[in-house]
Amino acid sequence: MERGLPLTRRGRAVRPGAALTLTVLTGLLVGAVVLAVGSGAVRISPAQVLSILLAPLGAGPLTPFDEQQAAVLWVIRLPRVLLGALVGAGLAVAGAALQGLFRNPLADPGLMGITSGAALAAALSVVLGLHALGTYSLPAAAFAGSLISTALVSLLAQDRGRVNVTTMLLAGIAINALCGAGTGLMTFLATDEQLRTITFWNLGSLGGATWPTVLSALPLILLGAFGLPLTARALNALTLGEHGAAHLGVPVTRVKWLIITLVALSVGAGVAVAGSIGFIGLVVPHLLRLLTGPNHATLLPASALLGATLLILADLLARTVAAPAEVPIGILTALLGAPFFLYLLRQTRRAESA
Amino acid sequence: MTPLIEVTALTHTVQGRQLLRDVHLTLRRGELLAVLGRNGAGKSTLLRHLTGELGRRGVTVLGGPAHRPGTELARHRAALPQHTPAPFAFSVLDTVLLGRIPHGPRDTLHDRDVARACLDRVGLRGAAGRDIQTLSGGEQQRVHLARTLAQLHGTPGDRVLLLDEPTASLDLAHQHATLRLARDLCGEGVGVLAVLHDLNLAAQYADRVLLLSDGEVLTCAPPETALTSEHIRAAYGHDVLVTRHPCLSCPLIVSAG
Repeated sequence: MERGLPLTRRGRAVRPGAALTLTVLTGLLVGAVVLAVGSGAVRISPAQVLSILLAPLGAGPLTPFDEQQAAVLWVIRLPRVLLGALVGAGLAVAGAALQGLFRNPLADPGLMGITSGAALAAALSVVLGLHALGTYSLPAAAFAGSLISTALVSLLAQDRGRVNVTTMLLAGIAINALCGAGTGLMTFLATDEQLRTITFWNLGSLGGATWPTVLSALPLILLGAFGLPLTARALNALTLGEHGAAHLGVPVTRVKWLIITLVALSVGAGVAVAGSIGFIGLVVPHLLRLLTGPNHATLLPASALLGATLLILADLLARTVAAPAEVPIGILTALLGAPFFLYLLRQTRRAESA
Repeated sequence: MTPLIEVTALTHTVQGRQLLRDVHLTLRRGELLAVLGRNGAGKSTLLRHLTGELGRRGVTVLGGPAHRPGTELARHRAALPQHTPAPFAFSVLDTVLLGRIPHGPRDTLHDRDVARACLDRVGLRGAAGRDIQTLSGGEQQRVHLARTLAQLHGTPGDRVLLLDEPTASLDLAHQHATLRLARDLCGEGVGVLAVLHDLNLAAQYADRVLLLSDGEVLTCAPPETALTSEHIRAAYGHDVLVTRHPCLSCPLIVSAG
């Protein structure tokens, strides 16, 4: 075919390269960490942060700092910022992978029943007074709940080992409604004290961050953050539809189960330690797709980096905007995420009709 | 030599309805086989057996079952569906590069060269950087044709290309360009099986025509033998006149009413 149609310059897909995107996002993440660990009631300058971090390695202080600053950084700020980074990375990379799997840019980890299952289990553990694991009882229950509801949604959507993604969306809606009813029943039965705990868990917070919570969520979320990008080529192929991907030799069924498992583990772990935090999983991949294009090889790692950065900054805002009080972070991500998402939608619509 | 595709006694029943009944067919190297028939005659069902979407016995593609998994078969067999969704704004070049997935764990510079060359073959070289969602339906179809070319490119040995109505959304010139391209591939030894709706395109370009009627093979022969007014009336329930093409040595079919 020698004659092509006359092509206009409109609709050109000129985008920054993958290496540049990931370098810039890594820089932003490091910047956000330094800013967040230094901000709060006790201020710590970036140079002091570096000195405190290097002190255990025997490096003499580059900049003088006092013991209180070191204690605040090690015991309070660093676990909290790292937990925020982990949870944000897990939510965003899971959102990006699910949007690819469902071939729908509006898919979100919540659709798989992860959050609602966790919320129900958390409410159950509070109202029934399950304290077998001490302070870890609630996160452990939430994690178990997220896995059970995801497994239930996946099993309802599968037929002879194959997952039907449309059925999965519908099953997710049904399981979400069921879990919502159960959570409603628990809030109805709860005492005022219990009600407060349930409500605050539902609004999300990184306030409970300690090194043990960071270390318990770390392996599960890193599994997702590093494992999901390995499915990038399969996700690219899946944009052609499941048959189209199978024609390219992609083991579609295995890839789907792998993605569902990794998403359930990383989001389940995040929800367990930080409660339900909305919009990160939806907005971050959406924004990055506009900036760097839909290629999952870049989109998935970029989502992890930007999700981590945004949740760190959101948490920084949550604990400083009304200090000494803390605004629940779930309120902030929804308050900022929803209008921004609407703005993105309008922009995309305008670009398409232009 | 064994044929590229061999179907023997294939019957496919869904809810008591026989979509395919005792179908036999072979596809040889360098052959363009056109599959014709009215809507619901079983053309797409037959194609789905050949792509491996429906795993059945009696269907042999490149010496094995049509539904065997893995990238080995994908380097030798490519399929172009009637319609391919475009849920995300991939560039045209990235879309064609999807065809290189069975060839290695990551896209190399060579893969990009292959993708550009394949875009050139469908007349869309200048569109490499465009967002696929801004292309017309016909242009998108040609991009996906280029993707299947990229998928088969450089594979040593036998190759099969399965096309489901590749000309459906194309203008006259591109319909012929697409079938000329299919003929070029046949010249390179690729076996091409194409579901077509235009009898004259089949008459002009196909080596053999397989006429399906209610899930049964009515005839499978060169166009001169297969495309008679009797066969066409039996297959489509429509009267036609068949004459000689004034310039080309192939049948010309026109509606009689």
